[in-house]
Amino acid sequence: MPIRNLAGAMVAVCVMGLAVVAPAQAQRADITVGLVLEPPHLDPTAGAAAAIDEVVYANVFEGLTRFAPDGDIISGLADSWEISDDGLTYTFHLHDGVNFHDGTALTAEDVVFSIDRAQAEDSVNAQKALFADIAEVSALDDLTVEMTLSRPNGNLLFNLAWGDAVIVGPESADTNATDPVGTGPFRFVDWVQGDRVILERNDAYWGEPAQLEAATFRFISDPTAAFAAMMAEDVDVFPNFPAPETLSVLDADPRFEAVVGTTEGETILAMNNKRSPLDDVRVREAIAHAIDRQAIIDGAMFGYGTPIGTHFAPHHPAYVDLLDLSQYNPERSRALLAEAGVTGLRLSLALPPPTYARRGGEIVAAQLRAVGIEAEITNMEWAQWLEQVFGAGDFDLTIVSHTEPLDIGIYGREDYYFGYGDPEFQAIMSELDATTAPDARIALLGDAQRKIAEDYVNVYLFQLAQTGIKNAGIEGMWVNAPTQATDLTAVYWAR
Amino acid sequence: MSAVAVESAGLWRAALRSPAVLVGGMLSLAIVVLAAVSLVWTPYPIDGVAIGARFAPPSWTHWLGTDHFGRDLASMIMVGARTSIAVALVAVGVGVVLGVPLGLAAAAVRGSAIDEVIMRGNDLVFAFPALVIAILITAVFGPGAVNAIIAIGIFNIPVFARLARGAALSLWTREFVMAARLAGKGRALISVEHVLPNIANTLIVQATIQFSLGILADAGLAYVGLGAQPPIPSWGRMLAEAQTMIALAPHVAIVPGLAIVLTVLGLNLLGDGLRDLFDPRLRGVRR
Repeated sequence: MPIRNLAGAMVAVCVMGLAVVAPAQAQRADITVGLVLEPPHLDPTAGAAAAIDEVVYANVFEGLTRFAPDGDIISGLADSWEISDDGLTYTFHLHDGVNFHDGTALTAEDVVFSIDRAQAEDSVNAQKALFADIAEVSALDDLTVEMTLSRPNGNLLFNLAWGDAVIVGPESADTNATDPVGTGPFRFVDWVQGDRVILERNDAYWGEPAQLEAATFRFISDPTAAFAAMMAEDVDVFPNFPAPETLSVLDADPRFEAVVGTTEGETILAMNNKRSPLDDVRVREAIAHAIDRQAIIDGAMFGYGTPIGTHFAPHHPAYVDLLDLSQYNPERSRALLAEAGVTGLRLSLALPPPTYARRGGEIVAAQLRAVGIEAEITNMEWAQWLEQVFGAGDFDLTIVSHTEPLDIGIYGREDYYFGYGDPEFQAIMSELDATTAPDARIALLGDAQRKIAEDYVNVYLFQLAQTGIKNAGIEGMWVNAPTQATDLTAVYWAR
Repeated sequence: MSAVAVESAGLWRAALRSPAVLVGGMLSLAIVVLAAVSLVWTPYPIDGVAIGARFAPPSWTHWLGTDHFGRDLASMIMVGARTSIAVALVAVGVGVVLGVPLGLAAAAVRGSAIDEVIMRGNDLVFAFPALVIAILITAVFGPGAVNAIIAIGIFNIPVFARLARGAALSLWTREFVMAARLAGKGRALISVEHVLPNIANTLIVQATIQFSLGILADAGLAYVGLGAQPPIPSWGRMLAEAQTMIALAPHVAIVPGLAIVLTVLGLNLLGDGLRDLFDPRLRGVRR
């Protein structure tokens, strides 16, 4: 295999972080990946930031199960598992001969440690709800783990595939934030804060080894800088390119290829359901009818994105098309406002930094003005948005994309920033949690979607598209993003 | 009788002969007129988002074309001129109103503790990198036109204070000031009645230059997102937003860029021309 020939030299060069153009004919074995946001740290079990998973998921850390590129849940560190008839006991059989990057062997005790740690009272895991139904985890022998649930949970295997549920070793758990030690096909080498994270191939990997020798993640949030880095070939692949308007320009260049797929990002115009007059469903419906989704998709995302009528991914089998409930209809919008007795409405519109929010917000403001609602735009930095809008719920309107897979459950949380938490909806969700039969689950998910669409909790704008750009020679990248990840396991240079 | 009155007689004729003053004056006037007209009329409403009509090239319907939201660029440039001029004008005003009295006071009591305090305070403000502090101010108090004015205005204070002090110092040794002192006038009165009129020309020239710097600073702040907030158009933000669209529709970036260049060029030419006019050594007028 020609990749082998360059191996030694390439590793040395890549570790030093120099971008080297390989001689003609020879394949490169290193890659530089561009990411918009830098992770705050590198421990996926201790933070909600998508950027953490975008670096380490499937590359450095692995869980018992994992997401496949098409969104299916496939086996990870667990080769197989049995589920008891009552759905309360899961027995996982671990792959034999798996070692952490520090050389210690993966045993059933590590799994028990990881799950207990995530569930603990003082756990900083960002998704503790994933583990809520796990009553007890125990090691039957070195390679067998038994999980006992307090009630049946049809989502357990899906939950265990999340980046927040990866298996860590007790020896390295406390230092994973800066020096991540996992079981994955790549090991961590260096993190130059504010600039890049460097990984190299784990030659002792238990599964199919990675084809790349080394990978560098560079953090470039400015659309112009990202475009320049791509054009100069400083970056080989940008899985979520921040300037959708330049995709067609880059795609027309024979050196590059655009990769457009789907994500789990439901982009919504969130409304503060607790604040008057947005606590009136007629006002919320009026706002929904004032919005022309296609204009936002075309204007802000240059056509990349799929309209949604509820908080659910259109490519999911359980998706229900509810766009008819909130078609663009300014007449209806004005009539509803009059019916609710609202005149001269002024609302604040908080916009976080991503392109969809900043550009989409200006279009939303113009559309609202057309029906007599004055939206005052405030552009916010990410940290300020997280604190003021997401944390304290101090806002009227905001635009954001919820990128976690299957996250309709957030509507059941009364303390969530848009403040819905309707008891009827909560009842649907708890019934869903206790249901394992696929058909019944799909029906319940449909009920949940209809409920939030009929209550006009938020304006559901569009499903965020994965607008990636890559060097034409690279193969094996995920096209869609069923979870937040940049899985490099199968990536290689074809030419 | 002050020197200004003596010199002003031939000033208009000289101005008409100076190409810098003519061209600079006309460019500056054009921008001011555009901004003034935008108060009552623009070709299109500036918040008219029409995605279907975006990236239209300049034509008879849209004189300067449309941007990425289909808004009319000519209208946005006109209203943007208003924003820029307002920010720069008030910022220069802050500098003149606060800086000049400080400089005159320092000159009137030169060598005293008050002079030292005023001038070292100015040095302190001068020592900070202006744009970085402007960014700091807007980052702390939130982005917006008012904070941009304050940020730019603060850095105009030492400029005018130093200039006023320096120019005033040379006047305090002149005969007509001596005469005023002998007549029993107080230092404050002399500063206002005799010193200020004689340094006015210098201050006007500096104000013109600071005005163009103010327009640039406003564009710079808006470019990094700290100036006037959307939907109020501002040249700097128009430029920033157009950056990645240069390949798709170059005019979206060229139009606001050209507006900034022409305005700053006009003001600088005007400032330079006025300095030449006012400077007696360059005009050969005997004092």
